[in-house]
Amino acid sequence: MTTFRLNGQEVTVRAAPDTPLMWVIRDELGLTGTKFGCGIGLCGACTLHVAGRSTRSCITPVGDVAGGEVTTIEGLDPEGQHPLQLAWIAHQVPQCGYCQSGQIMKAATLLKDYPAPTDADITAVMAGNLCRCMTYLRIRAAIKTAAAAMAERAENG
Amino acid sequence: MGNPLRRSLSLTRRGFLIAAAGSGVAFGFTRAGLAQGAGPSGMFEPTIWYDIDTDGIITVNIIRAEMGQHVGTGIARIVAEELHADWDMVRIRHVDSDPKWGLMITGGSWSIWQSYAPMSRAGAAGRMALIEAGAALLGADPEDAVAEAGQVTAGGASVSYGEIVAQGDLHRSFTPEELEEMPIKPVDERRLIGQPVAALDIPEKTDGSSIYGIDAVAEGMVFARPKLPPTRMGSVVVSIDDSDAATVPGYIRSIALDDPSDTVPGWVMVIAETFTAAERATDLLRVEWTAGETANTSEQDILDRGAELIADASEGSTVVDDDGLSDAFANAANELTRTYTTASAMHFALEPVNALAFEADGMFEIHTGNQWQSLILPILAVALDRPEESIVMRTYRLGGGFGRRLNGDYAVPAALTAKAIGGPVKMVLTRVDDMRFDSFRSPTVQTVRMAFDGEGQITAMDHAAAAGWPTGVLLPSFLSEGLNGEPFDGFAISGADHWYTVGAHRVRALSNDLANKAFVPGWLRSVGPGWTNWAVESFMDEAAHAQGADPVAFRLGLLDAAGRNSGTAPDSIGGALRQAAVLERTAELGGWGREMAPDHGLGISTTFGQEREMPTWTACLAEVHVDRTTGVVRVVKLTIVSDAGTVVDPDSSTAQVEGAALWGLSLALYEGAHFVSGEIAETNLNTYTPLRMGDVPEMEIAFIDNGHVPCGLGEPGTTVIAPAIGNAIFAATGARLRHLPMRPADVLAALAARD
Repeated sequence: MTTFRLNGQEVTVRAAPDTPLMWVIRDELGLTGTKFGCGIGLCGACTLHVAGRSTRSCITPVGDVAGGEVTTIEGLDPEGQHPLQLAWIAHQVPQCGYCQSGQIMKAATLLKDYPAPTDADITAVMAGNLCRCMTYLRIRAAIKTAAAAMAERAENG
Repeated sequence: MGNPLRRSLSLTRRGFLIAAAGSGVAFGFTRAGLAQGAGPSGMFEPTIWYDIDTDGIITVNIIRAEMGQHVGTGIARIVAEELHADWDMVRIRHVDSDPKWGLMITGGSWSIWQSYAPMSRAGAAGRMALIEAGAALLGADPEDAVAEAGQVTAGGASVSYGEIVAQGDLHRSFTPEELEEMPIKPVDERRLIGQPVAALDIPEKTDGSSIYGIDAVAEGMVFARPKLPPTRMGSVVVSIDDSDAATVPGYIRSIALDDPSDTVPGWVMVIAETFTAAERATDLLRVEWTAGETANTSEQDILDRGAELIADASEGSTVVDDDGLSDAFANAANELTRTYTTASAMHFALEPVNALAFEADGMFEIHTGNQWQSLILPILAVALDRPEESIVMRTYRLGGGFGRRLNGDYAVPAALTAKAIGGPVKMVLTRVDDMRFDSFRSPTVQTVRMAFDGEGQITAMDHAAAAGWPTGVLLPSFLSEGLNGEPFDGFAISGADHWYTVGAHRVRALSNDLANKAFVPGWLRSVGPGWTNWAVESFMDEAAHAQGADPVAFRLGLLDAAGRNSGTAPDSIGGALRQAAVLERTAELGGWGREMAPDHGLGISTTFGQEREMPTWTACLAEVHVDRTTGVVRVVKLTIVSDAGTVVDPDSSTAQVEGAALWGLSLALYEGAHFVSGEIAETNLNTYTPLRMGDVPEMEIAFIDNGHVPCGLGEPGTTVIAPAIGNAIFAATGARLRHLPMRPADVLAALAARD
């Protein structure tokens, strides 16, 4: 039994502590926005946040997040209206969409660390997230749009 | 050459019926042969294409798989255009595999091309009926009424489509003749087609709510992972020892599958309460097999076999065979012969293949993402030993198709396991399993020869291509017949039958029998044109240089639209002149001939996309930089121009070309696998290395939109990239690359060979 907070709610799971967090969230807790891609932490489809940091949940044992705060794509914004999500729609980024939860979760931590990212910052941070439909041009553009929207919000807020 | 599978997609002549259904009105084609005037009871049998409810919500049924191309949005927009609908009221519904929908396949870049005319007429017929019923409600003459944005207006009063459905007496039938005479709007009257419209499936792909096959659940399901045999075909289980596997908590049992369809010979399924338990138990399971006969086959063996077949002039199917070829070569003043090869290339759809299967209420249900339900259903019927009518495919979003999910072989082991244990089973392949089980792009060998007369004029061209044939292995009844009576796989040779005027032309397609035995060759994004054009367009560059000609001018001189290259209305109207136009536009846009910095070069290529019968004229100019010390090629810029006739959706068309072109770039420089000892050696991202964000060059994408029949855009962009890059490497360094992918070591070797 492991207890942690998932998208703001405390959850307790039966899975053995060495079970990958991704499968626990998908199959035991039923949140399927976090995706299985490679299983070795090299594609980024399973990216979620642990204590606000992007984490590859396919290689993170659930026991390691005991007592921690986990956020998935479903919890990034209660209405799905995070500036990144709005920018993803505005730029019509997704094709098959399978990698996009991970891309958005990774981009969310990118913008925390680099509120006004350069192209080099975006390439460096996002290089670990594979998009097989090759929507990279639009991912890059959407990150810049979201960064601008968040800067404006910070200025006005 | 015609593609029999594509031809079979054409709708036979049908009538159209509009009738009350449920709480709204259904609009649909009648089944071929259905008696004219059949009432609503007949209505539910024929293919219903869309319906409108009393709130005015228009729902369009989509029989194509959604795998990133926003196909539902494109098709719904064609209906909405002629229906004069309010786009905000349009919804899409992806349907199951009921036979009423006809042939279900999503591939070949056919969807929009095939849907355009029937869906336009379906919309126009609906509009006509709504105007008549709306005018009646308004007490006006239908002649005086107009439909606009979901409203019928006459004499200053309006009534919405929803109100007409609720109050009007909406029923109407159209004969096949009436339907065929229904005019499709001219380009300048279009309201929706060609305008940017938000794709209907995008918001759900930003918040995690989109449901893919891997997300499917059923009450009480258990998980399964396969223990894969040493060869794709021919392996037989000798013994299973699960003493270690059984120590994994949650392990249930392991079973050797008994598969009458021989889709997955030698598979052992490991069943557990959770996927993690199944995954770990599979690693611990010990299975002894006798391997199939290709257990020692290598990539080089397959390439060697291809070369051997090409060398034997009696082998293969002649797809093009003009008179005078032998004489032209016998009398040639000069000849140029070159051989091009490509390595095994993997689909690597990010969602590993998976399927959920169970029996319920006498039906066997398969829940998965699939591109071609009609192909796998008969195979499932054999595997499960039950009638096809009692099996249904529930289609989910595809976490990447790219041709992998045309072959629904992964549905079979899930179904067999569910049958064996008598309960719902969800089978998920790990990435390594998915790669080992991929029906990947075959290694290919091609030899191209050209004959020149004393004046340097081209008198003949001879192209032979050997590859594993996907259609030959998976659907032999859809092979075409060559001029010499031998069968050929149109998917595996299309592109070699190009639009250049080259004197006597011969194209020979060869089925690599060793490839066909060693694995299941697959359709991979752009299929044959992904390799045939690598040969044609690299060769055209070599021929131009051999003649001391400019590669663009050389090609333009051959794209003269003479004879069979003049094109056929409506699909290929204009013929080679349209290919010449995209080539010229690309050269102009990309700055062909401009001054280059040291070690930079420009390369050109042009193709007609997927098939002669539905050409998407495409050209690419690539600028590359080559590091002569490391052999690393950096693509600086890709300029791509396409003429796909009418562009239904400019933004998603651009997205398709972006994705297709970057696939082409990835296959050109970064993706190649090796078949070693009967299996693919590269099974995950630690060794298989598709393009990533940092590899994306500057891209300029343009369309020539001329109002002609819309052709597909999901694949043509892939076909032009590798030759453009290879030609640019030559321009930069004088080194000629003739194998894909072009790795740094290959570049260094080619540089050394040149010196």
